[in-house]
Amino acid sequence: MSADTSPAIELRGASKTFRTPSGGLHTAVRGLDLTVGRGEFVAVVGPTGCGKSTTLTLVSGLEEPSEGEVLVVGEPVRGVGEKVGFVFQQDATFPWRTVLANVMAGPRFRGVPKAEAKRNAREWLARVGLAAFEDRYPHQLSGGQRKRVALAATFVNDPEILLMDEPFSALDVQTRALMSDELLELWEGTGASVVFVTHDLEESIALADKVVVMTAGPATVKQIFDIDLPRPRKVESVRLEPRFIEIYREIWESLGEEVRITRERGAAHVA
Amino acid sequence: MSPDIMPEAQLAPAMTEPGNKTDRAHSRARAVRRRRIVVAVSRVLLLVAVLGLWELLSRAEVIDPFNFSMPSKIWDQIWTWVTHGTALGSLGEQIWYTLYEALLGWVVGVVAGVVFGIALGRITLLADVLGPYIKVLNSIPRIVLAPIFVIWFGLGPASKVASAVVLVFFPVFFNAFQGAREVDRNLVANARILGASDRRVTLQVVIPSATSWIFTSLHVSFGFALIGAIVGEYIGATKGIGLLVAQSQGTFNAAGVYAAMVILAVVALLAEGLLTFAERRIFRWKPASSDS
Repeated sequence: MSADTSPAIELRGASKTFRTPSGGLHTAVRGLDLTVGRGEFVAVVGPTGCGKSTTLTLVSGLEEPSEGEVLVVGEPVRGVGEKVGFVFQQDATFPWRTVLANVMAGPRFRGVPKAEAKRNAREWLARVGLAAFEDRYPHQLSGGQRKRVALAATFVNDPEILLMDEPFSALDVQTRALMSDELLELWEGTGASVVFVTHDLEESIALADKVVVMTAGPATVKQIFDIDLPRPRKVESVRLEPRFIEIYREIWESLGEEVRITRERGAAHVA
Repeated sequence: MSPDIMPEAQLAPAMTEPGNKTDRAHSRARAVRRRRIVVAVSRVLLLVAVLGLWELLSRAEVIDPFNFSMPSKIWDQIWTWVTHGTALGSLGEQIWYTLYEALLGWVVGVVAGVVFGIALGRITLLADVLGPYIKVLNSIPRIVLAPIFVIWFGLGPASKVASAVVLVFFPVFFNAFQGAREVDRNLVANARILGASDRRVTLQVVIPSATSWIFTSLHVSFGFALIGAIVGEYIGATKGIGLLVAQSQGTFNAAGVYAAMVILAVVALLAEGLLTFAERRIFRWKPASSDS
């Protein structure tokens, strides 16, 4: 069957139009074509507010495309699928559940027996270094620790597709680098395909196999760059390599233009 | 209690430091202690002053003692009720009767309010269809329903329970509705991604998020339940504190009316205390404002 050979994610001419509160129509994504191979780590960069996040909600099944097709492992997306994990930009841990109960939530929702869910959750908590915190509530943790809970809660479901929407943007710079390294370690053990949305070009190059540059909204793919830096990578050191800087310059040439367009539009709005 | 611990917590780091800093920490702790005593003493003095003035003015007949009564008479009245019982039977029985009606009405009203509130908050179609009717019902001054309930359900507890229910239902309903509507969209999206069905989202995301909204209304609504029960009894009953008020009024016994009010206040405060206790247990997951 084609399901075995088909890419992890395929968007074919996908568009998404929202109705704005004032009654107008806002096109977030237009004619988007994107393919993500199995086990591939793809970073999506683009100017702020260009519709990167919308792309993820289309793949996740939280939203349906207005036009075009979205395929996950060769099958059209209908509603939220079992294969998908999603790490959100904002804190999405359940504040009334303990850390352990938060990580158990996914397996429990999917009908895994309690004992097994608990065992898996403990295992993932140990992997993200929070074994000693399982009885805490999210408000008792730092921002970085809460993100780790979110990662454990996502990975425990063993997703084939991992969608990440600027997951580390709310963290301070040091925590961010640390979390990026941890993410790479966790990911390398799973073989999941990742779509990582960010507006931070450095982060995207350090993490990904492929960087997709989006146009200023409505978003569509502008250019795709292959990142040939060897793995395993350490985020802090890889950024100092000459090849990294070369790639950075190359991509920025493409991305900078879109950022400028967005900025000029913003200025026009203000005027 | 955390306020009692605070001065020590402030003291601890200062203790290790040498010389005059320890003195300053000591005097600061003393000032905190002194302030607490001042507050407590002032409270008692204020109460004594108000009651004393009332007693004095009433005895000097500046205000009419027959109409306004006086604290000592009210106390005598309460004491008589406690030791000799009321005209309707023992005082405990009256309190229990009223409390029973209020509690039953409160529970029914809260359950109905929460169920309808969450249902309408989650199912937009239902909210769109029923919305205007609920607004109309809410705009009726519901206390006027009490006489109708007495006609419908008679002098027994049922009519009081009914008036308590209609008073409790609406504030709980609106809060539960609002709570269900204001659930963090991220949490719902996250739950759905993690594999939660609609039912699970409602039970495990929407209801827990709405609990703080609902609890706010529980405090207010228990007072409403008491009002419902008392008004119901006042209009027509065979037992209860409301009837006690009505009877005292009928015999121009002002002290009796006040005494009933005092008893009600005590009952309401006790219930409020229990509710706060329950809230603390349920909201352990919330960052306490005094917690550090």
